[in-house]
Amino acid sequence: MAGWLEQNALLLGLALLDGLAYAALVFMVAVGLNMVFGVLRIINIAHGSLFAIGGYAAASLGLFLAARGLPDWTGYVALVLAAALVGGILGPVIERGVLRRIYGHEQVLQLLVTFALFMILEDAQKLIWGVQPVSNDAPLRLLGTVDVPFGEDVIPFTAYQLFVLPGVALATLVGLAWFLRRTLTGRVIVAVTTDREAATAMGIDARRVFLLTFTFGAGLAALGGALASPTTTLVPGLGAATIVLSFAVVATAGLGQIEGAAISALLIGIGRSAAVYLAPEFEVVVPYLIMVAVLLVRPQGLFGVVETRRV
Amino acid sequence: MRRGAEISLALLGVAGVLAAAWAAPWLRFVLTIALAKGIAVLGILLLLRAGQVSFGHALYLSSGAYVVAFLAPSLPEALLLLPLAALIAGLIGLVAGLFLARYRDIFFGMLNLAISMVFYSLLEKLYELTRGTDGIRVEPPRVAGLALTLEAYVWAMLLVALVLAVGFGMLVRAYLASPMGQALAGIKTRETRLEFMGVSARRVLLAAYVLSALMGGVAGAIVGMTTRHVTPLLAYWTTSGELVFIAILGGAGGALGPFLGAVTYELVRVYAAAAFAEAWQAILGVVLLLVILFAPGGLWGMLLGLLGRRPGRAP
Amino acid sequence: MSTQTQLSRRGALAVAAGAVSGSLLWPGSGSAQAQKPAELKVGITTFLSGPASVFGVPARHTAEMLFEEINRAGGIGGVPVRALFVDEAPGTDHLVGEFRRLVQNEGVHVMFASISSGSCLACTPLSDELRKTTILWDCGTQRIFEEGRHPYAFRTQGYATPEVLAPLLYLLKTRPDFRTLAVINQDYAWGRDSWEIWKTAMDALKPGVRVVAELFPRLGAPDYSTEVTRLLAARPDVIYSTHWGGDLVTLVRQAAERRLFDRSTFVLPVAEASLQILGRTMPAGHIIGTRGDHWNNHPRPRDPARLSRFVESYRRRQNEYPIYPCHHMYQAISAMQAAYEKAIAAKGGGWPNDQELAAAFRGLEFATPTSTITLREDGQGLEDQIVGVSSFTDRFPFAVPKDMIIFPAAMVSTPVGQKSVDWLKTLKPDLLAQVPAPIAG
Repeated sequence: MAGWLEQNALLLGLALLDGLAYAALVFMVAVGLNMVFGVLRIINIAHGSLFAIGGYAAASLGLFLAARGLPDWTGYVALVLAAALVGGILGPVIERGVLRRIYGHEQVLQLLVTFALFMILEDAQKLIWGVQPVSNDAPLRLLGTVDVPFGEDVIPFTAYQLFVLPGVALATLVGLAWFLRRTLTGRVIVAVTTDREAATAMGIDARRVFLLTFTFGAGLAALGGALASPTTTLVPGLGAATIVLSFAVVATAGLGQIEGAAISALLIGIGRSAAVYLAPEFEVVVPYLIMVAVLLVRPQGLFGVVETRRV
Repeated sequence: MRRGAEISLALLGVAGVLAAAWAAPWLRFVLTIALAKGIAVLGILLLLRAGQVSFGHALYLSSGAYVVAFLAPSLPEALLLLPLAALIAGLIGLVAGLFLARYRDIFFGMLNLAISMVFYSLLEKLYELTRGTDGIRVEPPRVAGLALTLEAYVWAMLLVALVLAVGFGMLVRAYLASPMGQALAGIKTRETRLEFMGVSARRVLLAAYVLSALMGGVAGAIVGMTTRHVTPLLAYWTTSGELVFIAILGGAGGALGPFLGAVTYELVRVYAAAAFAEAWQAILGVVLLLVILFAPGGLWGMLLGLLGRRPGRAP
Repeated sequence: MSTQTQLSRRGALAVAAGAVSGSLLWPGSGSAQAQKPAELKVGITTFLSGPASVFGVPARHTAEMLFEEINRAGGIGGVPVRALFVDEAPGTDHLVGEFRRLVQNEGVHVMFASISSGSCLACTPLSDELRKTTILWDCGTQRIFEEGRHPYAFRTQGYATPEVLAPLLYLLKTRPDFRTLAVINQDYAWGRDSWEIWKTAMDALKPGVRVVAELFPRLGAPDYSTEVTRLLAARPDVIYSTHWGGDLVTLVRQAAERRLFDRSTFVLPVAEASLQILGRTMPAGHIIGTRGDHWNNHPRPRDPARLSRFVESYRRRQNEYPIYPCHHMYQAISAMQAAYEKAIAAKGGGWPNDQELAAAFRGLEFATPTSTITLREDGQGLEDQIVGVSSFTDRFPFAVPKDMIIFPAAMVSTPVGQKSVDWLKTLKPDLLAQVPAPIAG
């Protein structure tokens, strides 16, 4: 019995390591979605497509640089650069071209506009990158693996998943918190999130804030995709699957909450990987079950505060 | 809009559907599916009246379809399967609604989505029961005790869908005009005022929700009996999105909007798919975008505009 | 596109809008079957979007390329061929509607149905109802011909049972000493069915193997780190996976990076379509299959010139090697050509109607670049299976099989009239004695 317990405690330790890497990726997507909602009050269904496009762009750019004979470490530059490009181009195009026209409209119309964008981006992505799986695992291979002891045995984990992914997610979280609380632009964003009317009355240019936030959120989604690209394989349909998962994270967290998104991403990431060990049948429904359970107890989400401060 | 004008438009629509189906055999199937989806969209319309969007009504569509898939072998009678599907979808709607009616706006939408995705995952996961993504074949049931030839069966399903569409259209029209329907609009504008008047907003929303689930179930049963093959894809979130899409495309004004929207949607999809098999989704997306940006009243609103009336709420 | 169908489409729209204009609406050419048509229309359902478009789009390219070749050579029986494609991805209601539209409105002469087994299960009954010859050109489910009779449906390639049984026999023949096994399959019909087939056959042929993990991650899962960790910890001798497409690429990359391939022998019956993308990432020394015998490095193809001509012209157009769905499409088109020739000859040069065409398919024997396929009396095609071990050569920048075994189709297919699982239970270990020896090199 003690042996069984010990064995399973070890297994759960492994599940924790897996869950952490997964949670990091989920957080990157969810946090952008959540910020955009906080400021624009729009749930962006096309957010998952931005994740997918970011991934594709990063893989293509990485392969392009490698084909030019540039050193391997430029692969990491490619990840960030691709995300910045996708966010910096698609973000303003979508915000200025489409979203700006519907800010005053009913919520359902806003939701559907992003649904339309989702449909368009899915096909656009297919036209650009085709349908064959795309991947570039150079950034993954470069760092090699780390052997984690497991009883008598060792289990190799990739350093990328063990350190880079959680590291970047943590840096994003800390950086965002600092940006929103300590810089002027950040405080303006918080002000608009908290009370749009009051902020506008005080002379804040809400339109600029909207543009900035949406571009930033799009960039975060693209960065999530870029970070995922070394481990996952990019295929059509990735955006559709990503967006429902990030909805679950965001709703569990409480809309507009950034630290909340981190906690609920952890909850969902670890919950999911524990399910793979203990009850693989339920792996797929775990995120939704966590979400429904949380919302049953706290209808505003884990950290949502009813119509007061957000972000 | 005047009652008389709406009735004559509806009659014109019925005649148009029958004429098209008579003239082009392949349209019988497409129109049956469009009418079925129109019925489901009527339910979305009810909730929209309260300002609430369900991004999870594929749950009811698919549960109606799976009721048919599971029960058709032991109960091969369309006129029994339809009310059973309605009943079961309505019951699921009641259970889910008791929980969901507490939530508003984005939470309402997302929770609907979550519940439907759990259902979708279960349909895929419980392989022994549902045959997973392979889906379940449905043998054509009897209609009113008659074992029909396949040709007659296709016609029968179209007529059943048409009768139900007219029936539910009238029901929703009457419901929206009733105090319950007026209260729904109250949830959208100022919910607290309703509560001051002693009306429970939760109960009002719950009633509409159960009715919408029931109509979703009926629609799913028609879809199941018409396609004669039921797969979990019917429960995926994009199907829910499609229903909301049709609601907006048709226009949220009157009870005719959903059917106008559904027929247009199915035809655009068929023609876009035939012309650009690889980009039909983007074409639908562009259509949706254009409708929202330039004709927020939907097709119904455009029609009213053409008829020289200002788009407004009916009745 | 003929003017007639154009008109009827526009007419249909006009009616839907309420303006009745009946004369434009009559279907294209449904009744004019027995006369030689102006063109031979082929409706093809395939995935053009979603994850399975990795199979669907290359198959579409193949069909377009081969139809051009056929038309340059004068068509089939002097009639040019034209393909009409339908996307399977939007779901069954759309697919069934499109199938009807193609048959009833466009007047297609032959339907090619589906990659997904679900789509095939929905389309075959339609072939019965509309009496339209339908070639099941890629789907693998054994249920179609084992659970019903479909006089107008024919499958021009192998199916799940031989595609799983052949790799199992290869494993038992070449590495018989394994004691533990884990399975990681996509959680849907193919993943489940292919596990049931494997498990049933394995229990009959080598009882007592311990299954240490049964993992069914969802279709399209972006990440398998947790599953890989669990498999690393469980240390099974053999890992069986019928993953395909992007999912297989992800699984192999994550498993290879973490040295899972060093600990366990993988058996990957659907590996072929992903090997080009994997390139050097695919480890050598693991058992790989291709859902048939159509490896681009087939050791003894029936017609080597035809095989290399096909491979090279596909490469010229698409800048990549053809994958198995391309070969399956090729087989379907070859079968259609052979059937039309047979039917036209049987009618003394006349054009066959639907019944005569279907009759020509029954028992049809047609040549593929690699071998000859016979359609059985139930409509199922008998295609040989080739399984080998992944290895690298100078000729290909990606893994190809070596030490290949050619399994004759009849040996690994369920006999007509029996159900696969029942038949697999009756297998005896002495079946292994009949397995041919690997072709060295």
